[in-house]
Amino acid sequence: MSRTISRRLLVAAAAGTALALSFASSAYAEVKLNFLVDNAPATVKASEALAAAFHAKNPDITIEVESRAAGGEGDNIVKTRLATGEMTDVFMYNSGSLFHALNPQQNMLDLTDEPYQSDIMDSFKSVVSENGRIYGAPFQMAYGGGVLYNKKIYAELGLSVPKTWADFMKNNAVIKEKTKAAPVIQTFKDTWTSQLFFLGDFYNVLQAVPTFPADFTANKAKFATTPAAIKGFEHQAEVFKAGYLNEDFGSASFDDGLRMVAKGEGVHYPMITFAFGNIFENYKDNINDVGFFALPSDDATKNGLTAWMANGIYGYAQTEHPAEVKKFIAFVASKEGCDAQTEAVGAIGPYMSKSCTLPADVAPAIKDLVAYFAEGGKNAPALEFLSPVKGPALEQITVEIGSGIRSPIDGAKLYDEDVRKQALQLALPGWE
Amino acid sequence: MNIQGKKGTRRGLAAAYPSWFYLPAAIIFGVLFLFPTFASLFFSLTRWTLFQYSFIGLDNFRQFFSEPFLVWGLVNTLIYAVVTSGSKVVLGMLLGILLTSNVMVRGLLRAIVFFPVLVSTIGVGITFTMLMHPTNGLINDVIATFGVKGPAWLTDPRFALLSVAFVDVWKGVGLATVIYIAGIVSIPAEYYEAAKMDGANALQRFWNITLPLARPATITVIILSLIGGLRSFDLIWAMTKGGPGFTTDVVASVIYKQYQAGFYGLSTAGNVVLFVLVAAIVVPLSFALNRKEVEA
Repeated sequence: MSRTISRRLLVAAAAGTALALSFASSAYAEVKLNFLVDNAPATVKASEALAAAFHAKNPDITIEVESRAAGGEGDNIVKTRLATGEMTDVFMYNSGSLFHALNPQQNMLDLTDEPYQSDIMDSFKSVVSENGRIYGAPFQMAYGGGVLYNKKIYAELGLSVPKTWADFMKNNAVIKEKTKAAPVIQTFKDTWTSQLFFLGDFYNVLQAVPTFPADFTANKAKFATTPAAIKGFEHQAEVFKAGYLNEDFGSASFDDGLRMVAKGEGVHYPMITFAFGNIFENYKDNINDVGFFALPSDDATKNGLTAWMANGIYGYAQTEHPAEVKKFIAFVASKEGCDAQTEAVGAIGPYMSKSCTLPADVAPAIKDLVAYFAEGGKNAPALEFLSPVKGPALEQITVEIGSGIRSPIDGAKLYDEDVRKQALQLALPGWE
Repeated sequence: MNIQGKKGTRRGLAAAYPSWFYLPAAIIFGVLFLFPTFASLFFSLTRWTLFQYSFIGLDNFRQFFSEPFLVWGLVNTLIYAVVTSGSKVVLGMLLGILLTSNVMVRGLLRAIVFFPVLVSTIGVGITFTMLMHPTNGLINDVIATFGVKGPAWLTDPRFALLSVAFVDVWKGVGLATVIYIAGIVSIPAEYYEAAKMDGANALQRFWNITLPLARPATITVIILSLIGGLRSFDLIWAMTKGGPGFTTDVVASVIYKQYQAGFYGLSTAGNVVLFVLVAAIVVPLSFALNRKEVEA
């Protein structure tokens, strides 16, 4: 019963013009491409640097950077523009589960046969592929989800980086007793920041139940009935009950959290490492006081990092200039592209192209992060890169669990219910 | 014969506008109002990703009514609508009486009461979010000077909804006051003079003259603020985003969250539900209030 709304019909006239223009463009060398990115300052800065570097090398192609809101609002902008045939020639978007929701086979240029694909890590290619075809190239770097911590306070108190949850709680007890700083920072004004205890714990879930992503996608495993999977919720509730949170956790913002961990007003901040970019921008003086470790697990020998793949850069299927678009995407994925980004916003994580390298003098937190990605490092992708299903209400649920409004088990049940809607929307088999 | 002739004239007048004359207005109405209405009714019966849709009957409505927070959101919506509407009636009437009496600088006071109505709701929301911050907000700073520790207005589930309702009243009471001023001014002064002659005190004059005769104003304020309260969204979104967690979610914010998550069919179904809900409450209420007025 599924029907495709003929966008072609809607934009028939535009497409006709587009065709005419694409013939014209080979005759006239000057080409202007629009590049849609999210409005995070670091993203815009990196994109503009890429555009400038590319233009310097290809004077006949100009890239115009256009920015949009991030988060759910941004998702809607991208989907609406694709649905109405108004997408820019090139655009950045998430890889993984959100990527699949964009209907790549209909909307994106196929990049499977591009020469640079051999230089890109397989783990990244897998999160921008559908039915064996590759639609994206890496833009920006990979991230980790774990705990930012204040190294200065750790040194003062003689603490060591915890690998088990028990050690983590012991450190918190010491911090609470001996300092004025909050042992754990939570910032529920920006609700997305509340999810890290849960999302960042996925490496540990995967160690305990390796088949979880497949079973979960097939509606055979639930968070509420998988003890390892519910632990993230339980940890969050435990930290709240012990009174380890900053006093204003309900109304503090993401930026407040970064200030607290950088300046030592708080010690542990569960976060995704793209936060490094903001610390570089806003708290440069304290950059060497911040370190990073993966969320602790039950077993010290099995501790590792939950990794977020880099964002993707994609070509719009109906662009007037597919050749130029592919050329630009190739540049972004190349070593030159990586270097242009590093120069603009600093290195805040590993690149997904094998030929790209990081400068030697990166900040301590980046060294901590890169160690998990290096040879022998332990990391696994976050669940959203292994399953297309992610419930949209997770951030509200984690706020409730993290402020004691709801118990972990109730939260898990509610999340299972939330996830069902997404699975139905994607028409996955096994869900009713 | 004469009557028929009149009718004929009227028909003749109607025909003075040829049918095509209605066409531009009809096209605008059809394209901008009729088509979206029926399209949304249709899409509320589908699972819709913007790229493709499949017809699923009433499943969206079933899902919407089984949303764990819908019931909670409905309760919140009703609490919010009743609290804001009730406060606007009471405060609006009191301010209306004050501002129609011979107080000093009456014009200035009227302007001050009306001023918040002119400010953008989002701006008001952001401002009050800062004022109500638990540790560095102005409100708690003031309370602290009395040695009392103020609550976390917007992040404590017990206070959050009422805090937003308070701001809504602060912002909307000016409009209610203006309506009351108009209603009270239109009451003939002779009634008050006669009552004074009969020895009625101020309270009796209020109870027996102002209250009943300002009834049309009261009905207008109730209906307007109730509709506003039932579909309120912008202030709640600016101040709490339905949080902490889901505790201040109202029907409109539940709908918006479904839309944000990309469940377009589901959120459209929610809009149909909200439309029916507002109509089901306001139409009978307006009917009942106005009928009583006629009887009186």
